[in-house]
Amino acid sequence: MAGSLKTAEEEAPEAPDTSGTRAATITDHIFRNPVLGPLGALVILVIGFSIFTDNFASVDNTSLILQQSVVVGTLALGQTIIILTGGIDLANGAIMVLGSLVIARLASGGTGDFGAALVGVALCGVLGLISGLIISRLGLPPFIVTLGMLTILQATSRLYTKETVLVDNGFLTFLAKGGYLFGQFQITFGVVVVLISVAVLHFSLTRTSWGRHVYAVGNNDLAAKRTGINVRRVLLSVYVLAGLLYGLAALQAFGRSPATSPNIFPTANLDTITAVVIGGTSLFGGRGTVLGSYLGALIVLVLQSGLTQAGIDPLYQNIVTGVLVIAAVALDAVTRRKAR
Amino acid sequence: MSETVLEARNIVKRYGHVTAVNSADFDLRAGEVLAVIGDNGAGKSSLIKVLSGDVIPDAGEVLLEGQQVHFKSPHDAQKAGIETVYQDLAMAPALDIATNLFLGREIKRKGPLGSILRMIDTKEMRKQSRQQMDELGITTLQSITQPVDSLSGGQRQTVAVARAAAFGRKVVIMDEPTAALGVRESKGVLDLIKRITSSGIPVVLISHDIPAVFEVADRIHIHRLGRRATVVRPQDHTMNEVVGIMTGALPAPPIREEVAS
Repeated sequence: MAGSLKTAEEEAPEAPDTSGTRAATITDHIFRNPVLGPLGALVILVIGFSIFTDNFASVDNTSLILQQSVVVGTLALGQTIIILTGGIDLANGAIMVLGSLVIARLASGGTGDFGAALVGVALCGVLGLISGLIISRLGLPPFIVTLGMLTILQATSRLYTKETVLVDNGFLTFLAKGGYLFGQFQITFGVVVVLISVAVLHFSLTRTSWGRHVYAVGNNDLAAKRTGINVRRVLLSVYVLAGLLYGLAALQAFGRSPATSPNIFPTANLDTITAVVIGGTSLFGGRGTVLGSYLGALIVLVLQSGLTQAGIDPLYQNIVTGVLVIAAVALDAVTRRKAR
Repeated sequence: MSETVLEARNIVKRYGHVTAVNSADFDLRAGEVLAVIGDNGAGKSSLIKVLSGDVIPDAGEVLLEGQQVHFKSPHDAQKAGIETVYQDLAMAPALDIATNLFLGREIKRKGPLGSILRMIDTKEMRKQSRQQMDELGITTLQSITQPVDSLSGGQRQTVAVARAAAFGRKVVIMDEPTAALGVRESKGVLDLIKRITSSGIPVVLISHDIPAVFEVADRIHIHRLGRRATVVRPQDHTMNEVVGIMTGALPAPPIREEVAS
């Protein structure tokens, strides 16, 4: 870091981004860019499995991994923004499941597919709003509030329907459809939608005042309040947006399978926390990216797929994932301690 | 006699049975450094919180440039041009200096990008941050894009003061700005205070650091038992006398005519 503020101003009044020497800024950026860790891990895993297994690198397998990433990936986006504010959501899987059940039952009960989807997504948004109101107005810990929501919603789902509900082929399953890139690489609409969601959310978090406020609230909510940020409103907006994303995930679930039941995606919630943590977002709030979380979701899927291809017992996959989670949290704790 | 910028009359603040501020007065003139000193529990923090909008008084009135104001929150005081540097500095450590300077007051991009998408103009904020640092003669910060958690205590204090100076159009209040700093860093902050007042903005300095108070203050407001005991000029008294008045060991002299507003 050479170059004081003053010299930076003199040298480059037009492009103040390149303060200090350029090389120093770039290396600094690399060390500070939180996406590079998970991206590097993903690249290493992909290269490793491509070398050591026969089928991992095939177009079908790659396409499949991407399709598998859509539901947990979308849920993980909601989880990320909540964790960025210093909270956590234990109920996201349960919200998504209830949303998908409502959509399926309405659609099969005669409501149009589009109307059913709208109601389901709105319901998820409202459930997020309820958590958000309790957390932001009453100041209760998100862990407890969402734990309560989880229990309530799991029971509600089972009371609502006990059996599997099927939706017709049509609007609700269109996310499963798609086209072929280069004649053989299948890309579904679901994959496109999740990639767009990641991009939009990444933009909102890094380029808008709302995004800055989300990080500020997670960093130091008292400071945020004192600088005039409406902390309650930021929190509320985050929980509502997360709820709507869970609604989108419910739609994405129909892109994976036209059947839904209270038992689908039983580990979705922990999977999203795993993805967020492996993606480099701090559980203490204020640091992290949605892009990292999506990469984190991909890392878990790549690991599972690769180890399966290598003929390793699925239980070992869980052990590896668990080790990865602890390692990621340890890394975060160490870097935080250094930063102090 | 220069004009009074911020004034408080007969402020009362009770917490249950405890009367923290008991009919206290306060006045601050244009361009001065007014030190507010007092023993722990004398009620000076409560009085200052009334001025910065953090606490709503039970009785009494606050006047900013002669107009009565009713602050319901720190945000109201900020909008009126009163900025406070809190002891814990109110920073988001993972965010960079420029972002912290503009936290809650981000500059938006021009046109629909800013008004509809609420996009922020990072370039402009960095440019203005640099200008602000230059104006205050701050040379201890290397890059405006450094995250605050990579800064030393003194540097963080500098950023907090720069933020207050940037947005405090009428008054800057500082709560113990040198408490956590070393000698050299304290000196830097005191120089900064002088530079802020040279632009005409008065500074309220709450401090236990009596030598620092004597170095920068034009007047010293001595708070005792919930009210203003007196206001003195540092050149009229020794440090020991001031401490004596503060603790009640010496009687509080009446406010002299040239010191009163």
